[in-house]
Parts: sequence; C-alpha cells; structure tokens
Amino acid sequence: MSAAQTVSIPIEEQHGAKGMVVASLRGVTKRYDDVYALNNVNLNVHSGELLALLGPNGAGKTTAIKLLLGLAKPTSGTVRVFGGDPLDPATRLRIGAMLQVAKVPETLRVREHIDLFSSYYVNPLPREETLALGGIADIQDRKFGDLSGGQKQRVLFALALCGDPDVIFLDEPTVGLDVEARRILWQEIRKLVARGKTILLTTHYLQEADELADRVVVINKGNVIAEGTPAEIKSKTGGKKIRCITRLDTNVVRGYPGVLDVRQDREAMEIQASDAESVVRELLNHDVHLSGLEVSSAGLEDAFIALTHEDNNLAGARR
Amino acid sequence: MDTTSATLNIRRSPNQTFVLYLKEMKYEFLKNLRIPRYSASVIILPLMFYVLFGLFMGRQTIGNTSTAAYLIATYGTFGVLGASLFGTAASLASERGLGWIQVKKASPMPPFAYFVAKFFMGIMFSFIVVSLLLVLGVAFGGVRMPLQNMIQLVGTLVAGSVPFCAMGLAIGYFMGPNSAPAVINLIYLPLSFASGLWVPFQFLPKVVKQIALYLPPYHLAQLALRIIGFNGNETNWTHWKVLIGFTLLCLGVARFGFQKDEEKMYG
Repeated sequence: MSAAQTVSIPIEEQHGAKGMVVASLRGVTKRYDDVYALNNVNLNVHSGELLALLGPNGAGKTTAIKLLLGLAKPTSGTVRVFGGDPLDPATRLRIGAMLQVAKVPETLRVREHIDLFSSYYVNPLPREETLALGGIADIQDRKFGDLSGGQKQRVLFALALCGDPDVIFLDEPTVGLDVEARRILWQEIRKLVARGKTILLTTHYLQEADELADRVVVINKGNVIAEGTPAEIKSKTGGKKIRCITRLDTNVVRGYPGVLDVRQDREAMEIQASDAESVVRELLNHDVHLSGLEVSSAGLEDAFIALTHEDNNLAGARR
Repeated sequence: MDTTSATLNIRRSPNQTFVLYLKEMKYEFLKNLRIPRYSASVIILPLMFYVLFGLFMGRQTIGNTSTAAYLIATYGTFGVLGASLFGTAASLASERGLGWIQVKKASPMPPFAYFVAKFFMGIMFSFIVVSLLLVLGVAFGGVRMPLQNMIQLVGTLVAGSVPFCAMGLAIGYFMGPNSAPAVINLIYLPLSFASGLWVPFQFLPKVVKQIALYLPPYHLAQLALRIIGFNGNETNWTHWKVLIGFTLLCLGVARFGFQKDEEKMYG
C-alpha cells in the first residue's frame, strides 16, 4: 500500500475546478478487528456534484464519511481531500460536516450554536444567510433541547454549511424524519447544490438518492456494487417485477436465467427479473397451472433490494 | 476557478483565532450555567454548608481565627473542587460518549480551544463560588480582613481550580456518559471530608489526618488558611509543589486518555 501513498496528486485535483476530483478514497480498506467496514473501495467525489452513497445499514457509509473527515484512519489505502490529508487544519477550513450524533448540548440556543461554529471558519456566511439556508430563522432563539427531531436535523445541517465550505459531507441527513421534514431538508440540500457546493451524502433511502443525486454509488458490506446516475442504477437492476401464483419451488425459480431475486408473498411468488420475457417463458413451460400473472416495472426500492441481494448471493457463492 | 489559489492557503487571522477562543469559552460557560443540576449544585451546596456551619454556629473560634473566616477557606476549597470536577469530567464524558466531540473534531475548531474552554468554565464557577462565600462572610459572619488579603484569598482559591480541572479531564476520559456523575460524587465527597474541608483538619481522626497530607485539596485549603492567619505545619512551597505535581500528573493521564480515544477512532 505504500505505493498508493506515494501517488503524486494531479494539479487539477488540488484546485477543485468544476468536475475535478475534490475528495477520494483509493483502494481503501478499513477493518475493525475482524470486520471489514470497507474493502478495497475506490470513490471519487467531483467538484460541484451531489454524490449519494447508498447502502443498507452497516454497509460502510458512515465509515467512508469518517475517513474523509479524518475521524478515522484507513487500514490500508489513501484518503485525499483537496489533494491533501483530511487531518490538515487547512483542509478542514473548507469542509462542513453533518454527522449522526446522539446528543448535542441542549442548553445553547440555535443562534449560539451557529455563532460558535461560524467562528471556526475564515469566511463564514452571515448569520442571517445561514439561518435562511437552514430554514431555521424562526427558531433561532430556541434552545437546542426544545426542538423537534426535524428542527434538530436542520440545525445540524446549518452547522455544516455555516462556514461556507466548498465540500459538505452529510451522513444520513434525513434519518428518523417524517415525510414532511424530509422534503423540507431535501429543499435545503438543493439550495446548496444550486450554490455550486460539492456534496457527499449517505442514505439508505433509494428515493432520496434518486431525488437529489447527480451520481449514486451503491455499497453493501463494505464493497462498491454499483455506480452511475440514478437512471443507470435503476436500469442496471432490470427493473421488472413478476408476480404469479405457481406451485414451483422458489429455489428452482431462483436458478432460472435472468432472475435476480425470488420471494413468496402470501399466496403469490414475487420475482425480480433482469430479463422478464425469458423468465415468464420458463415459468409457463414449467407450470401449466400458473395463474394471476402480472409483470410490472420494479419500484425504486425493489431495484435497490435486488442490487444488494444479488451482491449477497454472489458473496454467498464465493464462500 | 480563479479563487482556488487564494483558498488553498486560507488561514485564520490572529484576530479571528482570538475571537474563536473567546466564543468557545463563553459558550462553554453559558452551556453549563444553564444546566441547573450543575450550576445550582456546585454553587449552592458550598454556600448552604457555609450558612449552616459558618454563620449560624460561627461565633466560636478555631485557633485564633473566627470560624466564619476559617470556613471561607475550607468551603471555598470544597466549592472549587466541585465546580472544577463536575464541570470538566461530566461534560467531557458526555460529549465523548454521545458523539458531540466527533462533530467538534470534524469541524475546523483547534482542539486546544476545547480544553481551554473547559478550564475557563471551571475557573469561572470557582470564582463565583468563592466570591459569594466571601460576600456572605463579610456581610453576615463578621469577617474582616484587608482588601489585599481578600484578593489574595480569592486569587489563590481560583488558581486552585486548575489542578482539579485537570483531574476532571483525566476522569472524563475514562468514564462513560452515564457513570461519570456517580463516580465523581464517589471521589468528591470522601476527598472533601478527608482533606478537612467539612470538619476542620485538627478535629479529624488521626488516621484521616495522615491521609490528608497526600490529598491535593488539603494543600489548597492550607494555602487559603494561611492567608486568613491560620498557619499549618508545612510551608507554602510544599503545598504549591504538591498542587503543581498533581496537575502535571492529571494532565499526563488526560493526555493518555486523549490518545487512547484517537487510537480507538483510528484503530
């Protein structure tokens, strides 16, 4: 891995011009005892884009963010932000972060938290602008402990952007929020994108990635399993769902070519298929009594489930 | 982007750094002042003891010193110990255990500012407790001493906050967020008793007297007592040596805890 560390940094990467890589993981492995949180992961965040890191709980998303923030060191591989070490204080001055935190000091008022964090940066936004961007102007005099869950998330979000950083890391920004609060935060995030900020956000909601991201990287169990625009990710997963009532065994059907995943849903069988036509042909050939056949486009959540299941099955096969 | 070469070398101006430290200290103080469980207990408890034992029963003398004056020194030490220990240890343990310190570390805050703010907070609360004790003593306990001695007394006791803030950091690095307050009480109350902060040293059982000589709060109380005219057996230099040595020891332990945390994150 020493070879990776001596890689010279292309000049454009240091400057972060539009479209250039501003933060990266190169061949990064992070091991906690026997568990691989990340396994040889490559990730590039380009200037001006919103990259969503999508994966189920425990996939390694938070670990990736912590590495990029210098809160953890890779077991092997290289982490670069603006071409330098994330631990460099000068790097931190250009970064904002929203982390999952169990408890925030509750007796400080919203504007006091903002005031303090703004003082850490060289060119922070004016307080009114931060409050407006975070949508928290009306609660600025409230103590943090008196806020609702959605309001708390918005304050943490405002702390990430108050320093007017070039790059913002958002770790599961909408986790635990209801639909309404989530939509509000999405709007705030879009405002940042419009201001030209580079954003890396982690989520386990495919819909969130689809709504916000220019590019999506799907990770599962520490491995990158797919990468592309939201549309590419959806098409990669086949996008067809077959539902029918059949006497065939799920394990048999799982072996048909073009089948991604099979599960029994009450009386019916539900099949995720990349090639729906050939799967339907197989089904009809093997079960003349098959009934209630429906073929539909897979939903976003189905696509995500299919992707991660496929990966899990492959991992099982490798063992 | 034409601004990149400029932003590559961004750095805080000395003025910005100064303001940053001031704000960190201010908000650390405000944050704790607004927690009644902390601010009320560390301020009111020593004052209440003083009113009960120093003012109601204060017409006697201890040696050639009035009880009311004597107890300003010892309850002052008690107050300083509580303010410093609870302020630093409880908040550090909670912020370490519940993730807030990660948010701070990910931000561009200089780590040193975080510790300076904790010391500042302990010192400020110590100043409040000691000042109020002195006001009570002068107003209701008939305590009379030259202004210079008053300043010296407050200054000594407040300076005595530093070793116990260091002790608080050392404890805070090895306690969970929930166990910290209980553990601090287990240390704080026996330590206060054995150092002669509640019952005057000369009335302590012999065994406890021998233990007291090894306890830092005893030495701070002796420094304060000498200012009000009550002379103990050791020289001031001995007391200062113990307090300085104890401070360094605690800072060493805190540093070890800090590194342990870093390695856990980096492991």
